[in-house]
Amino acid sequence: MSKHTLSVLVENKPGVLARITALFSRRGFNIDSLAVGTTEHPDISRITIVVNVVDELPLEQVTKQLNKLVNVLKIVELDAAAAVARELVLVKVRADNESRSQVVEIVQLFRAKTVDVSPEAVTIEATGSADKLEAMLKMLEPFGIKELVQSGTIAIGRGARSITDRSLRALERSA
Amino acid sequence: MTEQATGSHHPQPRTRSAASTAPAERMTGAQSLIRSLEAVGADTVFGIPGGAILPAYDPLMDSSKVRHVLVRHEQGAGHAATGYAQATGRVGVCMATSGPGATNLVTPIADAHMDSVPIVAITGQVASKSIGTDAFQEADICGITMPITKHNFLVTDADEIPRTIAEAFHIASTGRPGPVLVDIAKDALQNETTFTWPPQQDLPGYRPVTKPHAKQIREAARLINESRRPVLYVGGGVLKAGATAELRILAELTGAPVTTTLMALGAFPDSHPQHVGMPGMHGDVSAVTALQKADLIVALGARFDDRVTGRLDTFAPHAKIVHADIDPAEISKNRVADVPIVGDAREVLADLIVAVQADHDAGHKGDYSEWWEHLNFWRNTYPLGYEVPADGSLSPQQVIERIGQLAPEGTLFAAGVGQHQMWAAQFIKYEKPGTWFNSGGAGTMGYAVPAAMGAKAGRPEATVWAVDGDGCFQMTNQELVTCALNNIPIKVAIINNGALGMVRQWQNLFYGERFSNTVLHDGAEGVPGSTRGVGSIQNRGTRVPDFVKLSEAMGCVGLRCESPEDLDKVIAEANAINDRPVVVDFIVHEDAMVWPMVAAGTSNDEIMAARDVRPDFSDGLDD
Repeated sequence: MSKHTLSVLVENKPGVLARITALFSRRGFNIDSLAVGTTEHPDISRITIVVNVVDELPLEQVTKQLNKLVNVLKIVELDAAAAVARELVLVKVRADNESRSQVVEIVQLFRAKTVDVSPEAVTIEATGSADKLEAMLKMLEPFGIKELVQSGTIAIGRGARSITDRSLRALERSA
Repeated sequence: MTEQATGSHHPQPRTRSAASTAPAERMTGAQSLIRSLEAVGADTVFGIPGGAILPAYDPLMDSSKVRHVLVRHEQGAGHAATGYAQATGRVGVCMATSGPGATNLVTPIADAHMDSVPIVAITGQVASKSIGTDAFQEADICGITMPITKHNFLVTDADEIPRTIAEAFHIASTGRPGPVLVDIAKDALQNETTFTWPPQQDLPGYRPVTKPHAKQIREAARLINESRRPVLYVGGGVLKAGATAELRILAELTGAPVTTTLMALGAFPDSHPQHVGMPGMHGDVSAVTALQKADLIVALGARFDDRVTGRLDTFAPHAKIVHADIDPAEISKNRVADVPIVGDAREVLADLIVAVQADHDAGHKGDYSEWWEHLNFWRNTYPLGYEVPADGSLSPQQVIERIGQLAPEGTLFAAGVGQHQMWAAQFIKYEKPGTWFNSGGAGTMGYAVPAAMGAKAGRPEATVWAVDGDGCFQMTNQELVTCALNNIPIKVAIINNGALGMVRQWQNLFYGERFSNTVLHDGAEGVPGSTRGVGSIQNRGTRVPDFVKLSEAMGCVGLRCESPEDLDKVIAEANAINDRPVVVDFIVHEDAMVWPMVAAGTSNDEIMAARDVRPDFSDGLDD
């Protein structure tokens, strides 16, 4: 199994996300993580999809099928070595007067933030790679994780080049 | 699917002041829809009105450019649009109301999607405020048809109608053609808007590649001239691209054998000496074997469908693959291509001709003389054939063969799905493009009658024969009423073997002759004479329904033919009737089977030329 991160630029229109996720499930792919948001151009949304695949050929097939969707502008597979990938977690950890300082120490170690404190718990905000966040959660686990929410991975290529540039130009031409 | 019309609703279009420079006119969304259809050149719409689409039908009544054909079932409208599109090369149009009207279009839309036929389906939707409330006759048809359309649109703003219609027709007819659905909310049809044409299209993500890459073309030409055993594997894409003239030039320039798939019959003349037949599960031994033994397959607008390849991992084991298709997703989907070429078949062929000729001029020309010795041996040893039943009953193959031979020049043929479809593919000779329509990918029973209706509506000067089975016919025959009432005089041959013949054939071969529920003139257990699907002497000849009477009741001429002596006479009689639809009930032998056959899931090497007849391939070509 290998993980692949796809950045999909789409027209910001209703129903586009449904078209994309339906295509993945129809072709037998499980989406590991999904994140959607607008880009610097209000008419373009960017969907970051992480999939786990056994074989490269079906991924090529699903990429080609995605490209056929009329609302899809561009698909780029981001190579892990040449991209920065981040996730966000918000986690509520059991912490009383006795354990709070230990929890806060872990938060500092991982350069995370304490965003809420109550007598029985602290809520922590952390961003980072999936590996880093997993390591932090493992450290917090003994204290008792009351609630956990995670975002999908978002990723961007390193260097000066932008994958939206060319798509933007195409969009402007057609407008 | 009707709604009481509440009073007349005829908003008068207000003309703008003469000072206005823009050719914009005020009108309702419904009027804007009809004006848009006129502007894109749609001359025929097949459909049925109902509540949500009702506003669109009012201005449709006044249109002198758009003819509406009132069908009896929305499925018929969809297949008619498909038949129309294939016969004319233009986009077919069907129209239905929301909810069940729209869902009845699902089968023909899926069918058109599988066979890449350009149609636009226009459906009414409940008013935009009611969407999502489970309103009366509400169905999320955009959600339902998402995986079976090339694209679909939900329109809730009257101003968006012209642009959406223009985009729908553009998407349906360009690139790899396919069905597009436009779902329009009732209030968008009723509201006032401004009509301007042409609208600004906005499709930044839709850019089909039609021009092939020069380097790939040169590589393909090199392989063609280096190969010893090439095959041109021609699919429906060549017909859709209008590339048959170019195909013939390339074939004759190279001297390579040509095989045309079920979707490509007519793309290359059946009578041409380089035509080695149809490949696939019921293809010619020569065509199937040519692909198996080839050292180079040049796939043109074909998609290595499982019905062509048989078991994929044993398909054409020695062949390099040149795969040209307008849809990049088809290339290397099933079989990895050595030379992928993305482009329109016509441009690909035109460029290939130049590149192959350049190689020839440089002294590189393939020598296929030894290959042709093998091809001719297979062709001569295992020709298509059938046995005439000993009991004097009609042979279905003979019926279909004679229909083809006695048909007037330029006749168009549509088939349903099953044995009769395969026989119509095998025993009618197709010489010209656009003369054969069938449901290849989806395998939709009931396709023939409505598709023939659509083809005849689009090409009224042509004779149109629907070759149908008695099972298929009972699914969609009500469209003969539409034909009778709208002066669409098609001809229908019911190949009546009293059974779901293809399923029965599989039961015969693979289920120990247990004919579970495939005998159409049998009843339930307990009914006297019934043997629960096995078929019985007592029930034979009950002829329920009586297709002659049924046809007459629908306003057609009904004929019957039961013996070989009457065959030519009855066909001639049917050919002579041109003022009404005519249906011929051919009572044929029930045990006839389709041969050759590659059983599902097996290798093409296991092809059976006839029952218990396996061709001998000890020819040393498996090196």
